[in-house]
Amino acid sequence: MRFYEYEAREIVRRAGIPVTEFGFATTPEEAKAAAEKIDGPSVVKSQVLSGGRMKAGGVQFADTPDEAAAHTVDVLKIEIGGQMPRGVLVDTKAEVEQEYYAGVVWDGTAKQPVIIFSPVGGIDIEQVAEEQPDKVGRRHISNLRPLTGFEAKEVIASTGVTGSELNKLVPIVTKLAQLFIDNDMTLAEINPIGRLADGSFIALDAHMDMENEARGRHKKLLAELGVGDDETREAREPTAFELAGEAVDSEDHRGVAGNVTEFDGNLGLVIGAGGGSLTLFDAVRAHGGKPANYCEIGGNPSVSKTCGLAKLVLQKPGVDKIAVMMSIVSNTRVDIVARGVIKACLELGMDPSEKIAIFRIPGAWEDEGFKILDAYGVEYADRSVSMHEAAKRAVEKIGAGS
Amino acid sequence: MSILVGANTTFIVQGITGREAVNLTRECLDYGAGAKVVGGVTPGRLGREVHGVPVFDTVEQAVAHHGAPIDGSVVTVPPAFTKDAVFEAIENGIKLIVIVTERIPRRDVAQMVELASANDARIIGPNCLGIIVPDVIKMGGIGGPAKDAAKAYTPGSIGVISRSGGMTTEMSSTLTAAGMGQSTAVSIGGDAIIGSSYAELMPLFEADEATEGIVIYTEPGGRMEAQLAQWVAENNSRLPIVAFMAGRFMDEMPGMSFGHAGTIVEGKEDTATEKIARLAEAGITVAEEISEIPALIQAKIDERKS
Repeated sequence: MRFYEYEAREIVRRAGIPVTEFGFATTPEEAKAAAEKIDGPSVVKSQVLSGGRMKAGGVQFADTPDEAAAHTVDVLKIEIGGQMPRGVLVDTKAEVEQEYYAGVVWDGTAKQPVIIFSPVGGIDIEQVAEEQPDKVGRRHISNLRPLTGFEAKEVIASTGVTGSELNKLVPIVTKLAQLFIDNDMTLAEINPIGRLADGSFIALDAHMDMENEARGRHKKLLAELGVGDDETREAREPTAFELAGEAVDSEDHRGVAGNVTEFDGNLGLVIGAGGGSLTLFDAVRAHGGKPANYCEIGGNPSVSKTCGLAKLVLQKPGVDKIAVMMSIVSNTRVDIVARGVIKACLELGMDPSEKIAIFRIPGAWEDEGFKILDAYGVEYADRSVSMHEAAKRAVEKIGAGS
Repeated sequence: MSILVGANTTFIVQGITGREAVNLTRECLDYGAGAKVVGGVTPGRLGREVHGVPVFDTVEQAVAHHGAPIDGSVVTVPPAFTKDAVFEAIENGIKLIVIVTERIPRRDVAQMVELASANDARIIGPNCLGIIVPDVIKMGGIGGPAKDAAKAYTPGSIGVISRSGGMTTEMSSTLTAAGMGQSTAVSIGGDAIIGSSYAELMPLFEADEATEGIVIYTEPGGRMEAQLAQWVAENNSRLPIVAFMAGRFMDEMPGMSFGHAGTIVEGKEDTATEKIARLAEAGITVAEEISEIPALIQAKIDERKS
């Protein structure tokens, strides 16, 4: 889950890292008030989750509070990365002598967090790593032993930074690493950290991602920042169709029939499980099919939940037929899925044999499931028909029908 | 032979009184020669039985009752309690821990893995279905009820490693249908951080005389495939590998997670396209469809023999 910059800044401030005076505003009046508090030149920055703000005109400089208010009116109108801004951050325009980079991310191979530091900040760290690799320091940190400070010292010193610079940066980078750990972040980045004329250091911009699975243990922080439980903060906002899928899945706690993603094709998919859905979605596309959606069933969902998901997909505008397919199931019961999808067709006044292009779910309780499908004339396949072959048959059927 | 587990492996089930764990215990007891499930742990349930398996409050009690070190544990407790359960297992001398639980924050997982390596223990998972040695033993829900598992898995010479539990069975069933059995199949889990990656299991298969080839199931997200490619390049492995890559469509949708928690394209190296290229460079054949896998791996095995 990604934080907006104004939230990330607040998290940095709470961790005891110095930040510039800043305010969050959703109206020109609020922006003016924030700029007055700053008492000097300010920067008005669009608050969106994607990058590329500068290029899109989402960052404007102001000399007076009135100018900041005027820029706010403009910036709030600009869509960036398909997203309207949530507001603006009104920030102090700091005069910095040098910019530094500090970040902490997970290394899935080493299975430890890694601190990354560079005395070349303000630009993309991957670019620095490519062009000046000796200017980027990395160091893993233990998952079990508490951080004490030498870890940050080693990373910073490895980039050639020494003297009072080193000693002032160590606590900032240590606090950043501690914040990463304490808040279950998957990314905690300050870019840039600025060195001011008086030799002090200050965080000028921050990026934070919190692991979704850990949101439950940071309820207090999230509530204080005003992050709603329903905010997914994914790369794009969920569509109405996707939200309806979530509603189906939360009907009861038995299994999964959801994780719906909307696409614009004509073949509705009722597919599972995790890896099976990925495989089947690829298979449909490989055979020239156009999926109307992605979804996942698994963990033996109830008939009513499966029915709810199938109904949602069947009713999606532009869907001609659905394909009901999974990899071999051992926990989910074939007969329960069969009953769910047939019930969905019948309740919508549709003919299952017409609407279900193919049913390919082999495994537990398959004989019982196939009996039900036989009764309604639905074409089905057992494990002797591969996932790709089943997808191909579904695509061929829909091609013949349109 | 096999890797990780064999006919004499003893294990416990932590969280044994949960609905899924009760089923899982039944399945393991019924499969092959019958797994040696020597105890279960659910705090506050000392003295109960699950399918004849005695239930204890602590792992320590289970070990004392068994009267000898216990080899493994299947952990099926809720995410908030998993770290505690795994730490308890490790501190009580258990060396192989299969974590079934999903949705554990990765910091917890990383802590478990670090404590495990400091104690010479190994973690499989989390978010996995466990390990199966066809006709001998299954440790975890892999393959489902004994009769279903018997339909998909047969003894043989192919090692299977998969980030998806269901696809472990789908691929093994495809191999079985083509007359190729499996030496051991391991569902390694779908999270961003897991106890044992492909590269970390390869040395075990390499040392297992019964294994002649490896089939893996992979997805976008993470660096595990790059790590495997590097391992292959550096170790002059005797084992040919065929991979199947699902989720190719995700390359067009960076930042969105599909299928498993660890399955997300965050950078260029995470993409299916990039991974396929890396694997191919290391001499690993990437199949376009599951049904091609048996012929591809057979051809590679024959090639090495000739």
